[in-house]
Amino acid sequence: MSRRPLVRECPPTTWYFRQPRYLRYMSREITSIFVGAYCVLLVVGLQRLSAGPAAWEGFLLALQSADSIVFHLLALAAALYHAATWFNATQKAMPLQIGEDFVPGNVISGAHYVAWAALSVVVLYLAGVF
Amino acid sequence: MTPLKERLVQLEVLRYNPDTDTEAHFQRYEVVCQEEWVVLDALNKVKADIDPTLNYRWSCHMAVCGSCGMMINGEPKLSCHAFLRDYEGVIRVEPLAHFPVERDLVTAPDDFMEKLKRVKPYVIPKEQKPISEGEYKQTPAQLMKFRQYSMCINCMLCYAACPQYGLTPKFIGPAALTLAHRYNLDSRDGGRKERQEVVATHEGVWECTFVGACSEVCPAHVDPASALQQMKITSSIDWIVEHLIPGGKSARDTVSREDAGDIS
Ligand code: SF4
Ligand code: FES
Repeated sequence: MSRRPLVRECPPTTWYFRQPRYLRYMSREITSIFVGAYCVLLVVGLQRLSAGPAAWEGFLLALQSADSIVFHLLALAAALYHAATWFNATQKAMPLQIGEDFVPGNVISGAHYVAWAALSVVVLYLAGVF
Repeated sequence: MTPLKERLVQLEVLRYNPDTDTEAHFQRYEVVCQEEWVVLDALNKVKADIDPTLNYRWSCHMAVCGSCGMMINGEPKLSCHAFLRDYEGVIRVEPLAHFPVERDLVTAPDDFMEKLKRVKPYVIPKEQKPISEGEYKQTPAQLMKFRQYSMCINCMLCYAACPQYGLTPKFIGPAALTLAHRYNLDSRDGGRKERQEVVATHEGVWECTFVGACSEVCPAHVDPASALQQMKITSSIDWIVEHLIPGGKSARDTVSREDAGDIS
């Protein structure tokens, strides 16, 4: 009897079609493209602002185009999904032990949602919404 | 006693014989099973009645020994814990993914064994005490801190589920890294600094992209994904203390003591 192990390769480009959970993972990863693109947009906005009132007005006008609105809706959906996956991950990454017991995971994730809501209110307040 | 319900089960089993084959192929078996059986029972019936040349590993038949892991319809499973009633149609049985196939459903676990050794999965005492000073004590709370991570049965299902391990075989992988975490969290242990040389590297926790599949397939509810994310956080803190805080060189030792929690 010989020993001649057979190696079955993991397909380097198509592996994520093997299981639905891999597709879920890839969809989470892809949302970061939108998050990154939105950061670039913010930087461009800052640059336009520093270039004077005419440049800034032009930037605001461009934001009102149909393409821009579609992009914003997509980016918002991606950012929400991305944020939710991370808040749900906090219960795994940051367990809290009190005495012998661990604080239930949804309390830890929930606390992050509450902090998110509170910070959002602060930001809206600073932006003069109320 | 009412007779048990019978069912004709169709299995499609991956076959590979290193003496004669250059490639693997599927072989179809039809076998009469009891409705309550698990996939392992069906394989045992095939081996007993139809084809004695079929090879696979098992021992306990009760999900504790960890030796019967296989891909069942593409999902890493303990075959003694995969109930026939949960499957319809032809059941496809393959050896665990990402491991070399030795013969039929038997894989070579050598790589996993090597990796286990590298994380030093044993208590490295913080301070050696003479026997006369008695045992190393631990409170129930200190035990609970790592207990979940000590439940691993070394079944390697998490490695078969992890695409990072499949794509980058040098990755130390979920179960071995989780075991490192288990000992790092142990109040009697002082070996975190030694383990960090393997853990806090690109073949260690930083190869993990948090797919999370390991935790979904783990039959012992160890949740390796959580252990790895926690180790990323402590490794990052180490890095910040060492590089950004003046005089923070001995950080790893300090963190390890805090991690473990002192009995006092
Ligand atoms: S962590 Fe879970 S899936 Fe991985 S080897 Fe241990 S028991 Fe098996
Ligand atoms: S035979 Fe022991 S775990 Fe399945």
